[in-house]
Amino acid sequence: MRVPGYGLMIDRDAPLKFRFDDTWVNGFEGDTVASALLGSGIRLMGRSFKYHRPRGPLTADSAEPNALITTHDGARRIPNIRATVQPALHGLRTRSQNAWPSLAIDALEVNDLAAPFLGAGFYYKTFMWPKAAWEKLYEPAIRRAAGLGALSGEADPWRQEKAFAHCDLLVVGGGPAGLMAALQAAEAGTDVILADEDEILGGRLTREAEQIDGRPGHVWAAETVTRLTALGVRIMPRTTVTGAYDGGTYGALERVSHHIADPHPDLPHDCFWRIAARACVLASGALERHIAFPMNDRPGILLASAVRAYLHRWGVAPGRRIAVFTTCDDGHRTAADLRAAGIEVPAVIDPRADAPDDAIRGEVVATRGRLGLKRIEIRTSGGGRRWVDCDALAVSGGWNPTLHLTCHLGARPVWDENLATFLPKAGAVPGMTVAGAAAGLFSTTQTLESGAAKARQALDGLGRRHQPVTLPDARSEAARQIAPLDVRAPKGVRHRAWLDFQNDVTTKDVRQAAQENFASVEHMKRYTTQGMATDQGKTSNVAALAVLADATGRGIPETGTTTFRPPFSPVPISAMGAGAEGAGFAPERFTTSDPAMRKAGAPMIETGLWYRPGWFPQGSEDWRAACTREAAMVRATVGVADVSTLGKIDIQGPGAAALLDFVYTNTFSTLKQGRVRYGLMLREDGHVMDDGTTARLGPEHFVMTTTTAAAGQVMRHLEFVTQCLRPDLDVALISTTEQWAQFSVAGPHARTLIQSLVAEPVTDETFPFMACGAVTVAGIAGRLFRISFSGEHAYEIAVPSRYGAHLWRDLLARAEALGGGPYGMEALNVLRIEKGFVTHSEITGRVTAFDIGMDRMISAKKDCIGKAASRRPALLAHREELVGLRSASGAQITAGAHLYNQGTRPDAENDQGYVTSPCYSPALGTYIALGFLRDGRARMGETVRMVDRVRGQDTLVEIVAPVQVDPEGGRARG
Amino acid sequence: MRLTCPLCGDRDRREFYYMGHATYLDRPAADAPAEAWDAYLHLRENPCGPTHDLWQHEAGCGAWLRVTRDTATHEITAVELAR
Ligand SMILES: [Zn+2]
Repeated sequence: MRVPGYGLMIDRDAPLKFRFDDTWVNGFEGDTVASALLGSGIRLMGRSFKYHRPRGPLTADSAEPNALITTHDGARRIPNIRATVQPALHGLRTRSQNAWPSLAIDALEVNDLAAPFLGAGFYYKTFMWPKAAWEKLYEPAIRRAAGLGALSGEADPWRQEKAFAHCDLLVVGGGPAGLMAALQAAEAGTDVILADEDEILGGRLTREAEQIDGRPGHVWAAETVTRLTALGVRIMPRTTVTGAYDGGTYGALERVSHHIADPHPDLPHDCFWRIAARACVLASGALERHIAFPMNDRPGILLASAVRAYLHRWGVAPGRRIAVFTTCDDGHRTAADLRAAGIEVPAVIDPRADAPDDAIRGEVVATRGRLGLKRIEIRTSGGGRRWVDCDALAVSGGWNPTLHLTCHLGARPVWDENLATFLPKAGAVPGMTVAGAAAGLFSTTQTLESGAAKARQALDGLGRRHQPVTLPDARSEAARQIAPLDVRAPKGVRHRAWLDFQNDVTTKDVRQAAQENFASVEHMKRYTTQGMATDQGKTSNVAALAVLADATGRGIPETGTTTFRPPFSPVPISAMGAGAEGAGFAPERFTTSDPAMRKAGAPMIETGLWYRPGWFPQGSEDWRAACTREAAMVRATVGVADVSTLGKIDIQGPGAAALLDFVYTNTFSTLKQGRVRYGLMLREDGHVMDDGTTARLGPEHFVMTTTTAAAGQVMRHLEFVTQCLRPDLDVALISTTEQWAQFSVAGPHARTLIQSLVAEPVTDETFPFMACGAVTVAGIAGRLFRISFSGEHAYEIAVPSRYGAHLWRDLLARAEALGGGPYGMEALNVLRIEKGFVTHSEITGRVTAFDIGMDRMISAKKDCIGKAASRRPALLAHREELVGLRSASGAQITAGAHLYNQGTRPDAENDQGYVTSPCYSPALGTYIALGFLRDGRARMGETVRMVDRVRGQDTLVEIVAPVQVDPEGGRARG
Repeated sequence: MRLTCPLCGDRDRREFYYMGHATYLDRPAADAPAEAWDAYLHLRENPCGPTHDLWQHEAGCGAWLRVTRDTATHEITAVELAR
């Protein structure tokens, strides 16, 4: 119900309506879903995970374990939204979860009757046998019965974003401590980001009746925010800092448009920030503890601080008669505030020996009310029992500093006997200091003071000069002493006392875990699932380990805590991976001919990040027909292909030739200017890294070509060699892959085509096989290489990329005039398989120079990378060697198929090798392939059995030399 | 994680490529015994504490860096040009 005259943050002149299940609920601008529901007298908001117990909100913040709802419809549906932080939006569709047919009448509430059997470890013990039934029967049934909200099952249409930010000081939390820390740092001229998970900064000041500097606390907070903004502080409301990582990096989730009823379609829903901060002040406040009394989970039982928050911030009371049960002074503050608002407080129960006089010394031992609290039973310290009618109960068991972020790099918090709570370990996160309630300082005066002091400490660390800021004057209440954490369930009481509301873990479960020797806190957590729900046990961890400590006869410090890991609160995966859906998954690289090739209907195939044409279909051709036609065309007339994706590295300097001698197995210092040589490159472990051609354009100028796949790896390798292994060489490297558009022109008419294009004479004298040189293409300075990857008379012609698209069109027209045309990757692959040229299908990283028959390319006259390791005896005998394969039966040869000797069983033991690159050869009119065969070079002419278990192929293949077309190489040279 | 490149300054880990232990800087002579090559290629300590890694500022200046990193605390105590 609403309380007249209260509600600091709601606008009573701005009413709104939203739907909760089948009901329209009235609220005001500034409400959360939970405050509007409570304001409308609705306390029942969900059902618990395991027992389907009726539940209402426990908190008024992000630690909420109970009030989880689903918002929006269809594909936009979002499950497990905390009603306590979701702003009430006009027209919003919200639904309760885990209840059927309705929230009030939930069929699976029978689970609650079976509770004596459903304790900790129930699933582990019960569903052991038969094994097969787990997947088919038990798991689906359990999943249906238990659980939270469900995803829509459709693609997520929400727009998400991720971003980076940098600052000198990150202040986490915008309560009094955080505001003062930001002010102190900003006054010193520091670059500050202030992040707070709430929509409005001020922390508890937006939820209490408190005066600062003679005005309401929330007014002081708003004025301070204005001042900070003027000082250049970046204020990030609705932003939860979710994790602390190495090197001053913090993760943060900004809920960008959750508070807007009708957001602009371009506005992201969330933004995941990575904030690099040189220093951090953690001012994350504290979370109030519940008390583990019997049947403490009914709707209407809330934390005392939440009751004050609903009253002051939203003008809402969760009941008409609100009792208070507290083990610290905070509960009395709630009682006083409620009474001041005219709300009846029928009893204040406080078990402490020094409880105030108007309190009942005793404890709550039972509660009643199936769908909402109706009465509580009190047992006084004298032993008397009585029932008190009330429809809400405010509970305070003291406070836990919100120290999660201090533990993200592995530190454990330290138990403080005086405060009866864990405190952050000093220096837990380099560069982070902890201020205010997060450091165990609970009065407003203390938090203001500590915020400024910790900021000064951070400024000292940054080497910044500073003048202390003036501290505002706050109410200096007496230190709110918390009674030592009392967790013993009252003796002689049978009923369950909940610790973890979301996962339905009771004190009994924890004791049972201890009894069954899951006595370590980490084992207890996993056995009972305490703290493993979406709220990560924020309201239950400390109480649970106190129960465990009691059950095992250890102290709390010896029992220790479980590990706190990021994220502090749930982060949608879609926000962390924002932009990575679909085409955003990886960058896309396009050649200059890409638009023309797509226009020609060529299917573009991913090769690394590049896109290359598969084939160029004519009429109704399928890929096979097009590929066969294109391969035959290259051998008969002329074909053009874009080979710009091959890596190009420009190497210059007096040491260039020596560098190439060191990274290639063969010698390049002897290469003449104007000539190209094939080179083989090893890794230092003696296996093949890459291959390609390198051209000598000048005495100290080379251009290296790498495969498309290994371009980055080779560049990195050359940088390592030049910087680290051979700093003596005076040489400079740069990748020019993107700077040159390069096209292959291959086939008997290749020279005719090239000669028609370039100004210079192109003859066997000026451009013999493996020659290179500068040419002029339509007035443009280009490069011409007479090299062949097809076995035909062929050239590669290169022009600066900005002329690439034009040259492609020109080449196509000239080729077509000569009876040729474009060829794609499939035909290119067929041509090179026919010629026995290897690609990364063969040089997979496990293959040596010996394996591919190039051992003699390792020069005996010089050292090179990988030479020593390549000499290891095991790499030089009884290897799987590169061979050509030819179908003996006319049946297809398939990639990945394995080879066996005829008459042996085709199993791993008898494996003789495998197929790497198969194709249909138009030149030979049959299926051929490259592959590796044990001792293959000595087995030419043998017939072996090929078995492909994936595709069900089983046929005979003949072993032939890798080069199957034009073994003498006359076509390329001629 | 962040590394301070001596040439470019403080940068996010995503700009760097990790290679392995700085042992790779001490390449044996071409005629060194097999044991020396085995140690160079394969044998690595697994310390709990300071260690030396090779990283390349691949998405930056391209410099190879010798990074002193504590395997227990992840603290980076030095980043120098690898030589
Ligand atoms: Zn750099």
